[in-house]
Amino acid sequence: MSDVTARRREGLARFWREYRAQRSGMYGAAILVVAVLAALLTPLLTDPSGLDVTRATGEKMAPPSLGFPLGTDESGRSILLMILWGSRVSLLIGFLSALLSMVIGTVVGITAGHFRGWPSAVLMRITDWFLVLPTLVLALVLAAILGGGTSTIVLAIGVTSWASTARLIRAQTLAVEARPYVERSRVLGGGHWHVMTRHVLPNVAPLVLANTTLTVAGAIVTESTLAFLGADAGQASWGSMLRGSYDWGAVTSGAWWYVLPPGLCIVAVVLAFTLCGRALEVVLNPRLRGVS
Amino acid sequence: MAVPTEMEPVGPAGSAEGAAGGAAPSGLRGARGTGRGLIRYALAKLGGALLSIGMVVVATFFLFRLIPGDPAVAYTRDVPLSPDQLTLLRRQMGLDRPLPEQFLDFVLKSLRGDLGTSYEYRRPVAELIGERLGPTLLLVGTGLAVAVTLGLWQGARAAWNHGGRLDRFSTGLSLTLWSVPTFWLGLLLLMVFAAGVGPIPGIFPTRGMEDVDAPDGPLYLLHVAHHLVLPCVTLVAVVYAQYLVVMRSSLLDEIGQDYVTTARAKGLRDAEVRRRHAVPNALLPTVTLVFLHIGLVVQGAVTTETVYSWPGLGLLFYEAIKGPDFAVMQGTFMVLCVAVIVMNTLADVLYHVLDPRVRSA
Repeated sequence: MSDVTARRREGLARFWREYRAQRSGMYGAAILVVAVLAALLTPLLTDPSGLDVTRATGEKMAPPSLGFPLGTDESGRSILLMILWGSRVSLLIGFLSALLSMVIGTVVGITAGHFRGWPSAVLMRITDWFLVLPTLVLALVLAAILGGGTSTIVLAIGVTSWASTARLIRAQTLAVEARPYVERSRVLGGGHWHVMTRHVLPNVAPLVLANTTLTVAGAIVTESTLAFLGADAGQASWGSMLRGSYDWGAVTSGAWWYVLPPGLCIVAVVLAFTLCGRALEVVLNPRLRGVS
Repeated sequence: MAVPTEMEPVGPAGSAEGAAGGAAPSGLRGARGTGRGLIRYALAKLGGALLSIGMVVVATFFLFRLIPGDPAVAYTRDVPLSPDQLTLLRRQMGLDRPLPEQFLDFVLKSLRGDLGTSYEYRRPVAELIGERLGPTLLLVGTGLAVAVTLGLWQGARAAWNHGGRLDRFSTGLSLTLWSVPTFWLGLLLLMVFAAGVGPIPGIFPTRGMEDVDAPDGPLYLLHVAHHLVLPCVTLVAVVYAQYLVVMRSSLLDEIGQDYVTTARAKGLRDAEVRRRHAVPNALLPTVTLVFLHIGLVVQGAVTTETVYSWPGLGLLFYEAIKGPDFAVMQGTFMVLCVAVIVMNTLADVLYHVLDPRVRSA
């Protein structure tokens, strides 16, 4: 047993060594650590009462000042405070919907790769259908029909964004199942469940990890777009802040402090996830190494 | 059920062509075999597309039955109705009939192009959509033309000078653009170029396709073009990076090929090797991907039209979501999905026509 743990620790150390060599991946990871820490520490350090429209203390649409480092919004709330609390909503929805999307994608992908014949054909047909449809449009309709709320938004994003993952996982499953040791396992009496969970899943897991990182990036963009188009989770997120800035004419009146910070936060976090995902891909998929 | 019908014709077509090529290398037979194969392939793709469209119709029907509460009330939101009117409306909408019958009715009506009536506009949805189609086609068409030209050109240059300054710049740029939400980019452009920053005045209109005092005649075109600039730039920024990346990797694949080395060995100038040999081949996979990403363009159009109040389908859809006006939402949703499916099928068939390697594979 200790032998296995030692090997795992060694593997992890090697992974970290290789990841560290990816400079852009390290930048991405650094940004993410800051963002996640900010999201986690916000409730400990700040008072959420400042988010309440009726209890806002600042002047309306005031430019940045000492008391309000990033200015205020249309009802006098601190933009900085909203950004900090909004990070929790944006990150949470991003993570959860990416998780949902990965679970659906992995299950569909492995099933479609494992069972040949008509089940696979039907599953891939559905996958292709989801792949073709405009994700955002479908998610908007889902969110509008099911009504607001965090879980609805998570569901809307997760259900519409799994198709490309499923394709990727299926291709990898086909490759893994063609290996001799899977055949050996089958000959020895390993059932479908055994093959899928013991042999295929561990082999596709690294791919899933790298892909999830990229999916979170996409999910955060989708969340902000949905919120901007009116389908928000009921709490202030970066996307719904931008909605507010648009509705209250911050764009045309030159209130840059209301427009720039939320957008820059989205871009920074999404870029960070993308950089991490690409670095993970390079580390986990040796074929990509040496190719830029 | 549909996939076998889709896969089957491809096999025979391929083998027929192989047999024609092997047994009798006469150009005529080969060409005829290819033509027949192509028609079969196109028919199979058409079948697949019809199935996808059918799935859209079915999904739409059941999706819009998930609306909580009484559909008659939900659809006529904000329009005060007496109980009698509601009963009448329920009968008109067919809500008093069994579900299978409702479904059949819905399918038949959709096939006839009858997408129901909007209670907010008090007009047929199909009519509303028809009205908004023009502006969207103008925006998307212009945007796509610019994005494809720019993306392919820059992608080719980036790949040719692989690792050079332009290559690094365009890879970084496309990565950044991918991370920027479309609507935020739109807001930024609005802020800088329409509202103006500091001493710089705004040089473009903030919203719409035309002002109330739009001039007549040829000046009208200029007027619309002036309004088109910012939405178009936003849309281009969203999709152009995709084309750039695809073209770049596609051309990188070609650069390593033997025929490129041969062309160079013949003593062709570098620009000529690129223009006459590598780029035409690299264009093939790119063509499909351009069409395959049409879903992305549709999404871009929805957000862009919302930001700039461009009176197209996307804005109609957004207004329906905001209402919510379920009849319009349902109709626009179906039209957008069907448009994307049709474009994708066209791309598949076009690719088949253009690339002989796929035909024989």
